Amino acid sequence: MSTDTQTSGGATPVLELKGLCKSFGGLHATRDVSLRIMAGDRKAIIGPNGAGKTTLFNLITGIYPATSGNILLFGQDVTTWPSHRRTALGMARTFQVTSLFPKLTVLDNVLLAIKGLRPSKFVMWRVLSSYRDVYEKAHQLLEQANFLDRKDTEVRNLSHGEQRQLEIILGLASDPKILLLDEPAAGLSSGESIEMTKFLMGLDPKLAILLIEHDMDVVFDVADEISVLHFGEVLETGSPEQIHSSARVQEIYLGTD
Amino acid sequence: MVTQKFKILMVLVALLALAIIVPNSGSFVVLLTTRALCFAILAMSLDILLGFTGLASLGQAAYFGVGAYLTAVLATKFGFGLGWDFWLVVLLGMLLGAALAAFFGLFAIRATGVYFLMITLALGQCVWGLAYRWNSVTGGDNGINMNGRPAFGLDLTNEITFFYLVFAFFVASMAIMYVLVRSPFGRSLEGIRERELRMQILGYNTWLHKYIAFIIAGAFGGLAGVLWAHTNGHVSPENVVLTTSVDALLMVVLGGAGTLVGAVIGSAIVFGLREYLSTLVPWWQYALGAVYVLTILYLPTGLMGIPARIRQWRGSGKSEDSTKLTAKALASKPS
Repeated sequence: MSTDTQTSGGATPVLELKGLCKSFGGLHATRDVSLRIMAGDRKAIIGPNGAGKTTLFNLITGIYPATSGNILLFGQDVTTWPSHRRTALGMARTFQVTSLFPKLTVLDNVLLAIKGLRPSKFVMWRVLSSYRDVYEKAHQLLEQANFLDRKDTEVRNLSHGEQRQLEIILGLASDPKILLLDEPAAGLSSGESIEMTKFLMGLDPKLAILLIEHDMDVVFDVADEISVLHFGEVLETGSPEQIHSSARVQEIYLGTD
Repeated sequence: MVTQKFKILMVLVALLALAIIVPNSGSFVVLLTTRALCFAILAMSLDILLGFTGLASLGQAAYFGVGAYLTAVLATKFGFGLGWDFWLVVLLGMLLGAALAAFFGLFAIRATGVYFLMITLALGQCVWGLAYRWNSVTGGDNGINMNGRPAFGLDLTNEITFFYLVFAFFVASMAIMYVLVRSPFGRSLEGIRERELRMQILGYNTWLHKYIAFIIAGAFGGLAGVLWAHTNGHVSPENVVLTTSVDALLMVVLGGAGTLVGAVIGSAIVFGLREYLSTLVPWWQYALGAVYVLTILYLPTGLMGIPARIRQWRGSGKSEDSTKLTAKALASKPS
């Protein structure tokens, strides 16, 4: 789809994928995926289990090397870059399987996340607790998410819903310009899911979000545009209404082919 | 709840007690404590890797060995490091340990878990092989006998004076490593121990962090070796052999990994048991073995984990409930 590199408005896309492919041996997990996300876009990727959604995220964040194709972040080709350099450009992600630091406290988790992009992460002659600005930032983040009262709790003692929320707080700690959310509502009760949707809708409108989600209520509320992934391929892209009424999408979800 | 300040105070009191009691005990105790302090520095350096970064190294004796051999070779062959230049040897020992770790790290850091263990073991044995075979420099199996300790204003042949010197190095190492593990860099190591992938996604170059930690541990290993050479007066391949690495590892695990203080306690117990038991009973090695097995089976968090265990056992889940209750009570409060 993306034949032209520059967009009509002259603005550079936050994230652009060009003909991205990934094979694991004979399994083609991602096939020729092209995607463009501008600042402030809210895009969702849906698809049945095993469609290659998380693989796509792992390619974008550099956990897996791409077999072919290109990944551009803010116009820069980052296809062969390691994860931490991509993060430094302004990308953040959360994980489908909660991926926090279980034996550290909530506050320490957030502190690590904030420090990730600061050069002072290499400082060894000064204790971390002497960095006022980092602590203030952590307090601010935790306050926004109503987590301040639990800041000294070890993360392994939090409930699943709280851990899912903390996943996103860690993602936001580096002030990203694009946030990749891998099933933020996975395993949440319907009440918690609504909370999560509200939280996502309340985020900075300039932040671009790419969302993988199975909970369609969350997807339809948060996303302006939805891409359907099936066997690693983008099957259809459109507004939530279009996708909702698409016969092909219904087919793959109900499995009547 | 024991606060951090109270913990530091306890350690300071213990150190003060050590500095007062040991010199007033017999010469055997002084010598034993000096040796244990050398190994405590080695064990703490390993704790940076094992306890804080989550890398179980079986080659820590290599850095200890190069530090010790460097000191012995310089002293016996060149007469270097026996005056004020002793301080230069300390620096050189740390640099050599760091340089060796920087070289070994290139091979070892790419691996994790049991593979890291195997690579460090293999590299450590290379150094042992060198010490054992390179007769012209290391004296082979006989090792190197050193004659006399450095003299620079202090009379280091006096065991008590020498104890104070090693004690000072030990306290300084402990203080430096304590600041290190609580610094942003040290906390990042803990993050890598807990979940390395997340750290990469958060923007940390985890390879580099682990590599730096490996080099720092090597430097302190080298320092421990320099001190050991002068403590023992004799350096042999026995100091570099796998058993020494294993001893260091067991000291850390016995005392409690990830605490620094645990490594010191582990070192004290191993030396104490070994020296005292061996004079009492012929089967002392079995006793030491039993202590190791029991610790790993019943106290995976080491001796330093006992207070937490007792608290958990007495509360048996009650404490966790209460934290949740207070959290809820706070959450319901309008802020």
